[in-house]
Amino acid sequence: MDKANQHNILKTQNLSIGYKSKKTDSVIASNINIELHKGELIGLVGANGIGKSTLLRTLTNVQNGLNGKIFINSKLLSEYTSGELAKTMSLVLTDPIASKNLSVFELVALGRHPYTNWVGNLSTEDIETVNQSLELTNIEILKHKKCFELSDGQLQKVLIARALAQDTDLIILDEPTTHLDMYHKAYILKLLQKLVKETNKTILFSSHEIDLAIQLCDKMIVMTKNDVITDQPCNLISNGTFNALFPQDLIIFDEQTGSFRVKK
Amino acid sequence: MPKTNTYTLSFIALIFLLIICFFLNISLGSVSIPTKEIFNSFLGTIENDNWQYIIQDYRLPKAITAILVGSGLGISGLLMQTLFRNPLAGPFVLGISSGASLGVALVILGSGIFGGVFATLLVSKWTIVIAASLGSFLVLLAVLVVSSKVRDTMAILIIGLMFGSITAAVVSVLSYFSSAEQLQQYIFWGFGSLGNLSWNEVFIFFIIYCLGLLLSIISIKGLNTLLLGENYAKSLGLNIKQSRFIIIIATSLLAGTITAFAGPIAFIGLAIPHITRQVFNTSNHKILLPAVFLFGSIIMLICDSIAQLPTSDYTLPINAITSLIGAPVVIWLLVRKRKMIF
Repeated sequence: MDKANQHNILKTQNLSIGYKSKKTDSVIASNINIELHKGELIGLVGANGIGKSTLLRTLTNVQNGLNGKIFINSKLLSEYTSGELAKTMSLVLTDPIASKNLSVFELVALGRHPYTNWVGNLSTEDIETVNQSLELTNIEILKHKKCFELSDGQLQKVLIARALAQDTDLIILDEPTTHLDMYHKAYILKLLQKLVKETNKTILFSSHEIDLAIQLCDKMIVMTKNDVITDQPCNLISNGTFNALFPQDLIIFDEQTGSFRVKK
Repeated sequence: MPKTNTYTLSFIALIFLLIICFFLNISLGSVSIPTKEIFNSFLGTIENDNWQYIIQDYRLPKAITAILVGSGLGISGLLMQTLFRNPLAGPFVLGISSGASLGVALVILGSGIFGGVFATLLVSKWTIVIAASLGSFLVLLAVLVVSSKVRDTMAILIIGLMFGSITAAVVSVLSYFSSAEQLQQYIFWGFGSLGNLSWNEVFIFFIIYCLGLLLSIISIKGLNTLLLGENYAKSLGLNIKQSRFIIIIATSLLAGTITAFAGPIAFIGLAIPHITRQVFNTSNHKILLPAVFLFGSIIMLICDSIAQLPTSDYTLPINAITSLIGAPVVIWLLVRKRKMIF
């Protein structure tokens, strides 16, 4: 058990998520058992309102779980200080960047925050890491552009570069493909796949692009009404898990093509 | 940041400009003193005792006050704009100036209600300074207590504005029951004034100002992280509540003492950060903070020189001059660049 734990970047034990209120706890999902390993790309899919965001918020320590345990690198999430966590887990959120006047380099360099001194001076090492992140995400040409000059697709790449610069084992992205066109959706997810291969980091993202995720992910977490299932995409298809994803009245999952079709 | 070096030249130019404005400010006034004598007075070789007195005990403390006021308001404006991620925020959004107004109004306007002998006893300069400090401190304390209960930073902004409305209403009620003479005195305080500070007062002012400045410098890293938004800042390991608290304390130390000693100086706090951002075109507080310091000092010195109406016996209200000079500058910058940089 302990030996297996060492390779786990993220592991949950009987986790239940939801919101606490004074009278009752409203449970959104329970009995979540996830194990994510080093060098895996994991897609989190589920219908709107099923609790994807709540799960991500719980895993990133924005809100507390109701029950169960979360381990990051075999250490309880609740035992991390904010500084330690910042060196272990980086995020790409759906929140807009507050100041669009930051240059791309400046924004990515802010990812070095947990490592810099009290006034935030960048060491040569820091600058090297930032340049590497820019290189990995193919945005060196944008280096001196301001964020307000960027397209949505470019900005998403910049935000991913920032998470890379934070130099963490785990990167969590909340719906990185929203607002993007078909090409850029595929581009971003393909980029994540490339990053996992080249850096051996663990990347977890939530998305509505189920067909793309099936093609690119090593593992998928499927949230349905009754269950949270983690497995490889091909197993999930053969087990018919995707059929339970949505109500059956409008769209059905086609196992041959690995995508959803509108019922005729 | 690699582009930091390109700003060195601008900084040297600004420091040079600041020195020029400082001497210009001292050499201009209702009594005209030859430039040569100004330098002589610094060397202690001036012959005219009156001139020596004017420069040493009036113009010099006034010029230093102008620098403290301009830079302090500019920096606290910058802190508030970043903390609330709102270009309309200024040093007084947390109700500091309205708190000070309430304190001063209670002393000046309220003294009439308490009776004649008491009134003359109350309305001295120090009582006004103390009343302004107490007023802004109490309002700020109320804002802090309420805001510790809310998570959302934007809610603090609204709470500050609400406290401002409450104090303004109380001042209105007080004004309604006051005599014309008292009202005039209160309005004169509202005009703001950089002069009339003795060296002792400047010294106290300077110490509190340095405390505020120190806290602002400590906050630089946190402020830069806040440019990403609070959730990102948190994920980078920033303790939001603690940084927010330090930023608010820094602002209240700076803006609070300035209001207490120089009255509610309008506009500078809002405009200086914008002017600085237009010229320096960066969001990095490591560059913005010293730049705002220089711009604030320079513009305040210029405004004060104009308010003196050199060679005349009149002094215009500094509060009017800051807006008269500053507002067109901001409009011109925005129209020229066609873009609001934040």
